[in-house]
Amino acid sequence: MPDRIQGSPEDESFRKELLTVLPHLRAFARGLSGRSDFADDLVQEAAIKAWTARERYQAGTNMRAWTFAILRNHYLSELRRSRRQTDLDEGAVERMLVMDADQEGPLHLGDMEAALQKLAPERREAVLLVGASGFSYEEAAEIACCPIGTMKSRVARARADLARMLDGEAVAVEVKKRRAG
Amino acid sequence: MPPDLRPANGTGEPGWAGGLRKLYNSVVDEPLPDSFKDLLKKLDDSDDA
Repeated sequence: MPDRIQGSPEDESFRKELLTVLPHLRAFARGLSGRSDFADDLVQEAAIKAWTARERYQAGTNMRAWTFAILRNHYLSELRRSRRQTDLDEGAVERMLVMDADQEGPLHLGDMEAALQKLAPERREAVLLVGASGFSYEEAAEIACCPIGTMKSRVARARADLARMLDGEAVAVEVKKRRAG
Repeated sequence: MPPDLRPANGTGEPGWAGGLRKLYNSVVDEPLPDSFKDLLKKLDDSDDA
């Protein structure tokens, strides 16, 4: 590219690999935060952090896992710093919960997104890493800095929570509970 | 079989599991927004910091 100085072959290779994982980082960040603008900021900042730390990256290892860990750590520090909360659309969750229990229609992505944001943060992260991004339990545990058994447990609980929120029978139970409450 | 293990549409997995991947992939498949066009420049600039 004419508008920038050509780096070393290693840098160019790193840059190319980094750019290929950006769409995955965006999906992970969007799932974590539930906010597209915040997610994109996170991805750009994480990409810059990865770039400045590129000498610590071992070529040929898992760029996706490495950058996901950077993004995750940056997300957590941003949350701590700004106490920024996700904008959970309570209305969307409410609409999801009152869906007809016998409804056989396709699952709407908005419902899925709302359910995801309703999960406890560590469970949301776990199911995004394993259920959506396709990492192994071992890789996900490494990214989230927790034992593999903890990761398995978080994923199982997240799956149970999502099933409870999104499966028809469980939705009916939720609605009954809400009505009773 | 408990509801969370019930396969949907004969695919062998609950319906929401496919929905989760679909949600994730819908973002992966999006073109990068314009705000990312400057990222390469930012990467270069970060070397000067």
